[in-house]
Amino acid sequence: MASTDTTPPAKDAGDLAGLEAGLDALETQHKSRTPFHRTLTQKVLPPVVAVLLVLAVWQALVSFEIVDDPTKLPAPSDVWDVVHQAWLQGELLGYIWTSVSRGLSGFLLALLIGTPLGLLVARVKFVRAAIGPILSGLQSLPSVAWVPPAVIWLGLNNSMMYAVILLGAVPSIANGLVSGVDQVSPIFLRAGRTLGATGLKGTWHIVLPAALPGYVAGLKQGWAFSWRSLMAAEIIASFPDLGVGLGQLLENGRNASDMAMVFEAILLILIVGIAIDLLIFSPLERWVLRSRGLMVRS
Amino acid sequence: MATTTTLAKADEGTATVTHAARIEHVSKSFAGPAGQQLVLDDITLDVAPGEFVTLLGASGCGKSTLLNLVAGLDEPSAGAITTDGRPALMFQEHALFPWLTAGKNIELALKLRGVPKSERRDRAEELLELVRLKGAHGKRVHELSGGMRQRVAMARALAQESNLLLMDEPFAALDAITRDVLHDELTRIWRETRLSVLFVTHNVREAVRLAERVVLLSSRPGRVAREWTVGIPHPRRIEDTEVAELSVEITEELRGEIRRHGQH
Repeated sequence: MASTDTTPPAKDAGDLAGLEAGLDALETQHKSRTPFHRTLTQKVLPPVVAVLLVLAVWQALVSFEIVDDPTKLPAPSDVWDVVHQAWLQGELLGYIWTSVSRGLSGFLLALLIGTPLGLLVARVKFVRAAIGPILSGLQSLPSVAWVPPAVIWLGLNNSMMYAVILLGAVPSIANGLVSGVDQVSPIFLRAGRTLGATGLKGTWHIVLPAALPGYVAGLKQGWAFSWRSLMAAEIIASFPDLGVGLGQLLENGRNASDMAMVFEAILLILIVGIAIDLLIFSPLERWVLRSRGLMVRS
Repeated sequence: MATTTTLAKADEGTATVTHAARIEHVSKSFAGPAGQQLVLDDITLDVAPGEFVTLLGASGCGKSTLLNLVAGLDEPSAGAITTDGRPALMFQEHALFPWLTAGKNIELALKLRGVPKSERRDRAEELLELVRLKGAHGKRVHELSGGMRQRVAMARALAQESNLLLMDEPFAALDAITRDVLHDELTRIWRETRLSVLFVTHNVREAVRLAERVVLLSSRPGRVAREWTVGIPHPRRIEDTEVAELSVEITEELRGEIRRHGQH
């Protein structure tokens, strides 16, 4: 250090350093990783038990002939056969991929539009007053309502599917960002300003990272809305040239009065929706919250 | 080195300006339920380069308001404030950004000041060493104790290389032992870096233990009521008799100020 005349006595400095090290050690919490068997019994086991229970009840309804009409309720094994057949014929992944690729690319597009839109609404008072309420209102409009106008405007094609996804997901993503920005603690803004982060620098270095938890929650909801809107569009506007996605599969099952196929489609839609959430959005959300100490490790 | 540059800047400062902060006839009023409310009334106060001044007062004396004005976060209603560059500011809350590690918080301050990327990491390590948190660069804010967080916040404020450090009750939320240790730390860093410090508190002993000059503000509106020069040599302890005696005197005065408000 450059100081020459003002260094306190060595003994005193040593005392202070020791005291401080002791305090730091006492007050720092040591975390340990949750053991694997506890993750298994607390996180994995309960949902598995719940699913098995549902399957058991379903099987019982059929086996004990409580519902004695395969056109109303097929046995779990019948549904499994349909899925298995689709897999053997190499169609299963095709159905899933048609919908998932549409859903994800629609979602990415919604992300590209929703993010700047949300930022604009959050930061520009006039824009917020003008379209803020409409944006929140749009969230309560079921996106299936957009299918008929989208078909009329764009025809039966992929653009129409994307339009419906966008109308469903963009408000969620934008609103997530707006509420994220609104919840940024004023102390961060003040601290940022004293460090010289004003204007665009402030937005980039302080506001956006601080708003990330709200934004990620919006993304998660945006995905759910994308997926729902897409299924609505696929069911209503099924057209052979569009390729068979999960929504079309469901509609085909209904037209053929094939209840096993209907169940197959519903289950696949549910599983894909959950899987994308579990694989992409939940880990993203956990990472954001955990790195900020906003989530207690359980 | 961290201190070398600060010293050089402080020396330049003394050649051109004779004060780190000059507060001249500053008043501030806010719009309240009963019309305009005067919070600060005609405050005049200078902080000399390298001086440690504490602003002491009961609640409602506008000491935080004054600090915000000096920091440039708000505009005075009347009067003028000049500072030698943009002051650094520390809050009662650590105000560290939880999305960054301890070290990256400091590096952000360096980045916003225009320090080139290649130097930031080393400078951040130096500053962490200055507050005795060597090796904490990669730690997340929530992994640090309250005292450690305030030390990182101090390092981040020092990263601004400002000649004036404003502190708004920075240790008020800490336990007594940690606070005492941080008093020693702050005194050490102040003497090593020759920063000017304007430190706001309502704790009389804290004021006396740290400062060269204690300025007592009266409440509603805030006015400079009295000043004391503290000649007690460093290192000081909170339990020193000189500290205790002066604290008793100042506390009496502060109580008098508070009592005045009950009389009408």
